[in-house]
Amino acid sequence: MSILIDRDSRVMTQGITGKTGQFHTRTSRDYAKGRECYVAGVHPGRAGENFEGIPIYASVRDAKARSGANVSVIYVPPAGAAAAIWEAVEADLDLVICITEGIPVRDMIRVRERMRQEHRRTRLVGPNCPGVITPGELKIGIMPGHIHRKGRVGVVSRSGTLTYEAVGQLSELGIGQSSAVGIGGDPVNGMKHIDVMKLFNDDAQTDAVVMIGEIGGSDEEDAARWVKANMRKPVVGFIAGVTAPPGKRMGHAGAIISGGKGTAQEKLAVMEDCGITVTRNPAEMGKTLKRVLR
Amino acid sequence: MKIHEYQGKELFRKYGVATPRGIPCFSVDEAVGAAKKLGGSVWVVKAQIHAGGRGKGGGVKLAKSPAELRKRAREILGMRLVTHQTGPAGQIVRRLLIEEGADIASELYVGMVVDRATQRVALMASSEGGMDIEEVAASHPEKIHTVFIDPLQGLSDSEADRVAHRIGIPDSALPQARMLLQALYRCFDETDASLAEINPLILTRDGRVVALDAKLNFDDNALYRHPEIVAMRDLDEEDPLEIEASKHDLSYISLDGEIGCMVNGAGLAMATMDTIKLFGGEPANFLDVGGGATTEKVTAAFKIMLSNPKVKAILVNIFGGIMKCDTIAEGVVAAARETHLAVPLVVRMKGTNEDLGKKILKDSGLPIISADDMAGAARKVVAALKEGAHGRGAARGRAAGRTAAPGRAAGRGTAPKKKAAAKKKKAPAKREAPVKKRAVPKQATAAKNKPAAKKKRAKQAKKK
Repeated sequence: MSILIDRDSRVMTQGITGKTGQFHTRTSRDYAKGRECYVAGVHPGRAGENFEGIPIYASVRDAKARSGANVSVIYVPPAGAAAAIWEAVEADLDLVICITEGIPVRDMIRVRERMRQEHRRTRLVGPNCPGVITPGELKIGIMPGHIHRKGRVGVVSRSGTLTYEAVGQLSELGIGQSSAVGIGGDPVNGMKHIDVMKLFNDDAQTDAVVMIGEIGGSDEEDAARWVKANMRKPVVGFIAGVTAPPGKRMGHAGAIISGGKGTAQEKLAVMEDCGITVTRNPAEMGKTLKRVLR
Repeated sequence: MKIHEYQGKELFRKYGVATPRGIPCFSVDEAVGAAKKLGGSVWVVKAQIHAGGRGKGGGVKLAKSPAELRKRAREILGMRLVTHQTGPAGQIVRRLLIEEGADIASELYVGMVVDRATQRVALMASSEGGMDIEEVAASHPEKIHTVFIDPLQGLSDSEADRVAHRIGIPDSALPQARMLLQALYRCFDETDASLAEINPLILTRDGRVVALDAKLNFDDNALYRHPEIVAMRDLDEEDPLEIEASKHDLSYISLDGEIGCMVNGAGLAMATMDTIKLFGGEPANFLDVGGGATTEKVTAAFKIMLSNPKVKAILVNIFGGIMKCDTIAEGVVAAARETHLAVPLVVRMKGTNEDLGKKILKDSGLPIISADDMAGAARKVVAALKEGAHGRGAARGRAAGRTAAPGRAAGRGTAPKKKAAAKKKKAPAKREAPVKKRAVPKQATAAKNKPAAKKKRAKQAKKK
């Protein structure tokens, strides 16, 4: 088992005619069981064509009905990405992973509100995220597949390369991953640390979790409090941005300390308080996890 | 993106948020002319800079005659205004807003911001206007009233009335306050704002509700659909290096330290800065080169880092995923050559084509110090910085003192021994330098002329 995705997932790419969508669909399909999992692409004007053998449909609904896809990955440019998310939600897919970076916050606020008000069951990961990977089975997103290793440690993070860093450290220590989830660096997004943590807690194939956060918001604190009350597995944590000055947006739209809130120190303190083993040295995320496994 | 108060008020007026009458000015004569045009006998001269706290810093003054107005305008225009938001360097005032005086009965606060937890826009209001709202939130949280606005419905009449009532707006002014709050939300929503603040919102003696201040920030991701807002951008208010970086699609922020760093990915970039600090150094910048770094982009990144005179060493940390390490290595070598790099450079690369990348760095013949992991890279760059600092004459004392001072965090057995020794002396940072110089005489002399220091570094790099 694993969380969110596995070899039985069937994936469609929204934005399969763009350069980014094509590049990552190709590399993802070449990873593990990708050839069986990637079954469709969506483009309103290119229905009937195909991308390297993957059939293209006019709409998400159509792609779902004809290919059996239950998961979508979105590479649509920012201006149309929120509409693409909504199309996938309306088609009642199980999971939508939005890779697109740079979506206006207002667009995300509206999509999220509609999802809540209409009690939609579709899960959203991202936007502005690297995606989700279940090593040895399926990769959906832009992460380098080869650094991963099949195993029993879950990884959840707001960033891309910092997640790769954590995964790389784990793999080098011989510790494999059950699933690695990048939830994205935007202020208004889909699944949060806490949501992913719940899934890892219930996953029989996950023994421990690495939770990586960064400055801004209070998602890490919320997850930490939940961990304290509910988590049956050890959790290791790191927060990036101890040196970040307040009021400055550190690359990610959501990585900003505003009104004195969302500092790394504050998050680390709460996490420690909730029984999470934190490290302040990002070079030791893997080693710290190894210690708690024993 | 930020705009000036007078620009914010122009937008406010467009949406129906009441403001005092005012005219932006770029010279003292213009200011006097503006006062004449506005009429009346009391005016406010307001410095226009993007930072807050202008009043406390002396950037907002009352004038009761044309002569006084001229005097005030002359004082403020061109002054270096220092507020808690500008940092000690302050910001030069290049624009003024001349406004009619207002007859204030009470000062209130209204703000809007995207709330991440509810994923809605939060309207916050308080009867405690004119103060720093963060202080109010800390000392009197019960005095802040919040509504999370349904984005599909907008701010309802009853929500607006309830908030207005709670912050002390009298019943007679409620209809006007409701209109103002709803107009403010429409303005926030339609312009893709990320922050709106009216501090103070005033109640005048004749019972009107007026926005005496206007602060608006906008979502950078949405600027593509607001050319009218992009036109309000004032480059004088922004860090020239950050502007240059944005031209190359680099995400760059200037900081106060001495170690420049170039990283791919925002999270890893922050983590790299943190590691530098952990090992006793101070990052000079945040720099995310993004996913598709080309040789041109890496060169631009190097030039930007090096145009910060404080930079005394550079750390490159790349986790190659889609971006291949050999591509980055070629970029780094080209950039180091083109910029005639004279400060120590430590490169750590990991991931796709790692070995190929390392070979390119090694074969370049440049004195690039290679590192295998983040901790090693941070340790090496801090050590290289210290070595360099001893050889740089006048800069020596300052540099060494400054980097030794924040060494507190590094006393965990991981920091280089040299520094641990320096740390034992609890002398003030500035006086520490001469002591240190004597403590390590060999290095100080060896590094006296730069070529020797360079050779030494090259030797070190080869050893690794």
